[in-house]
Order: sequence, then C-alpha cells, then structure tokens
Amino acid sequence: MSRKIVEIVDSIDTSQVFTELSDAHSGGICVFVGTVREFTQGEEVVSLEFETYKKMALMEMEKIASDAMKKWKLNKVIIRHAVGLKKVEAPVVVVGASSAHRDACFDACRYLIDTLKETVPIWKKEMFENKTVWVSAHP
Amino acid sequence: MDVLLFGIAKDIVGKSEFQVPMDDDVPKSVQALKDYMIKKFPDFGKLSSFAVAVNSEYAQDDVPLNGNDEIAIIPPVSGG
Repeated sequence: MSRKIVEIVDSIDTSQVFTELSDAHSGGICVFVGTVREFTQGEEVVSLEFETYKKMALMEMEKIASDAMKKWKLNKVIIRHAVGLKKVEAPVVVVGASSAHRDACFDACRYLIDTLKETVPIWKKEMFENKTVWVSAHP
Repeated sequence: MDVLLFGIAKDIVGKSEFQVPMDDDVPKSVQALKDYMIKKFPDFGKLSSFAVAVNSEYAQDDVPLNGNDEIAIIPPVSGG
C-alpha cells in the first residue's frame, strides 16, 4: 500500500483509516476526523455543502503530505476530504499519520489539518433554515 | 481569457466560468486581474481577500498571465 493517500471523495468511511495507516514499523497512529457541527455561533446549521477546485486541491494536499513526511519521520500519511452536501455529524475530512513513536504522528496530524484549512481550495457553505453563508468569505 | 470561479466567486459572477475579452484591457498580471474583477464585480472588494491560481498553483501578484493559462479565482478557503 502506498505511503501517501491523498483523495477527494463523495463520502468518507471512517472505518478504513486504521487499515490504511497501519504499518509494521509504526508504534502509533494519530487521526483527526472533522465533522459537521450542528451550531455555528448559536445558529442551527441544517447541512454543509463543500465545493472544490479538484485539480488544484489534490496538488495542495499532495504538497502538505510530502512536507509532513519531510518534517517528521512518518511511515504513512492520509489526507482525505469529502465534497457535496453533508448533514450534521457526517465526517467531512480525515487526516492522519503513522510513525514509530507517537510524538511524530501527533505533531504531523495537527500540521496536516491546520495547513489544509489554510491552503487547500475547498469551500464550505453553511445552510441555515433561511439563509446560506460561504464560510470565511467576508471579514 | 477564461477565468474559473468557485465558492462565493461563482455566486458573485453568477456562473462558474467568466470570459475576459482579449482586448486592450485584458489583464496582463495577477494584480491586474484582481483589479479588473473588483471593478467589474464590486462584491469582490467586499471579500476578506481572494487569491488567483495560475495553472493550479497560487500565483503572486506580479505573475504574468497568458491567454492559454488555466486561471482561477480562489476566494478565502474554508475546507476541513
């Protein structure tokens, strides 16, 4: 299995990730799953819609995965993001890493999600009962 | 020159691709394209910021644009 998995998918099956990151040389696997939260600043969110510039997003995700592998001694890395309409509690992103010791995969996991949120061209629209809002678009 | 639009940029323009006429006013750099879009669609000026990607890579303001580049407006990203 490849050391790096970078994907944009329609839906995420969180049960796959252990097998995908599992590795004989790893003593630890760290995973972050981002999910749809019901309330944003006190307002009830009905669903989220994710859109992407897929070609560029995959390139940016690939860079993040490669950079993480340069920064830390990792055996496997995954970055998988879902697009389309997502209901409350649905998983929308999974990032993770496996490494010989836990420090590397904990630090890498945080780097993967934080950098993804800064650079990967994916946009989230919050759908409320009577309005929709593109997140972070306006100051 | 075709400009790909995503997220709120698509809503501002009302479609997912915008064609900039190849006349004397055609923007020749990333900065010129940003100015052009704000002039044409003032709502771009209300965004927190927006970037331009040339051939699927973030491009600095001084990067020149060619008619056959793949150009995209990248409004503030919000994945994760």
